[in-house]
Amino acid sequence: MLKLVTKRCKGCGICVNFCPKKVLEVTEVGKCAIIKDKEKDCIRCGQCEMRCPDYAIFVEK
Amino acid sequence: MGMEQLVEKYFRPGRLPHIWCPGCGNGVITGAIVKAVDKQGLSKDEVALISGIGCSSRSSGYLDFNTANTLHGRALPIASGLKMANPALKVIVASGDGDCTAIGGNHLIHAARRNIDLTLVVYNNSIYGMTGGQYSPMTPKGSKATTAPYLTIEPSFNLLDLAKAAGATFCARATTFHVPLMVDVIAKGIAHKGFSIIECVSACPINFGRQNKAGTPAKMMEWQRDHGVMKAAWDKMDEEKKAEAIAAGKFPIGVLFETNDVQEYTEAYDEVIRRAQGGK
Repeated sequence: MLKLVTKRCKGCGICVNFCPKKVLEVTEVGKCAIIKDKEKDCIRCGQCEMRCPDYAIFVEK
Repeated sequence: MGMEQLVEKYFRPGRLPHIWCPGCGNGVITGAIVKAVDKQGLSKDEVALISGIGCSSRSSGYLDFNTANTLHGRALPIASGLKMANPALKVIVASGDGDCTAIGGNHLIHAARRNIDLTLVVYNNSIYGMTGGQYSPMTPKGSKATTAPYLTIEPSFNLLDLAKAAGATFCARATTFHVPLMVDVIAKGIAHKGFSIIECVSACPINFGRQNKAGTPAKMMEWQRDHGVMKAAWDKMDEEKKAEAIAAGKFPIGVLFETNDVQEYTEAYDEVIRRAQGGK
């Protein structure tokens, strides 16, 4: 459901901050990732996709 | 169309990731331009994107429109020439706050005065980011900057009032928090016949944020959420409340001014051509 383009991600944490269901985290290597087993909580609101300045996260149809 | 497809459609392949710092609002604004172009149903070839110099102006390198990355502050004159040569093109100008209001300030007021059909998108991050955080005419008074270690003492421009006074016929403001609004006002600016200016309030977390202890990129975005007031709500305030809001750093967002009563420049110039050819 969530597609991450890790190559483009700079780990700014905007998606993590605005995710209403706290599905995302910034990992030790400074990249956004889905927290283990949390993807099922995603409500596909699109906040992450809309706010990502690096076009690195998309909500797939 | 989702952002993923829009990146495929309008961005030059293989150019991402872009050079902007983590959390920089420029990516959001460039994304909003692309969404607005798509909303207007325009193909890549119908649009020209002209930029000046600075962080914001790197956007022309990523987008697959007819693009030119031009001179510092001189994006508007070059865009004006392009529009005169081919009035059918939708010409968008990407400029930063330093590029547009400092070195390009003179060009700004004259492009506005002529009411030439350009859409100027100002990436206002309140600082010269690329050169390391010098203050610009849009840096809020009392901010820290590399060139103002003891805080700036200059008041900043009210850019939209300036443009309106100079003759711009469409003035709007949005922030990188208010993405759908930004897309909407840029689309309206593109559709407007005449000089449109859209001030996009953005964040520079590295060169402005760090010096001014503004917090994380997300915190800076939340600041925009808390300080941008929709025009309808702004208009309901009395003068006293407005003064209080301005003192607290708040600002109105939305389409703040629009008129269709002024003749557009390339149309006026067509009349000159007809007169010069003996009125045929």
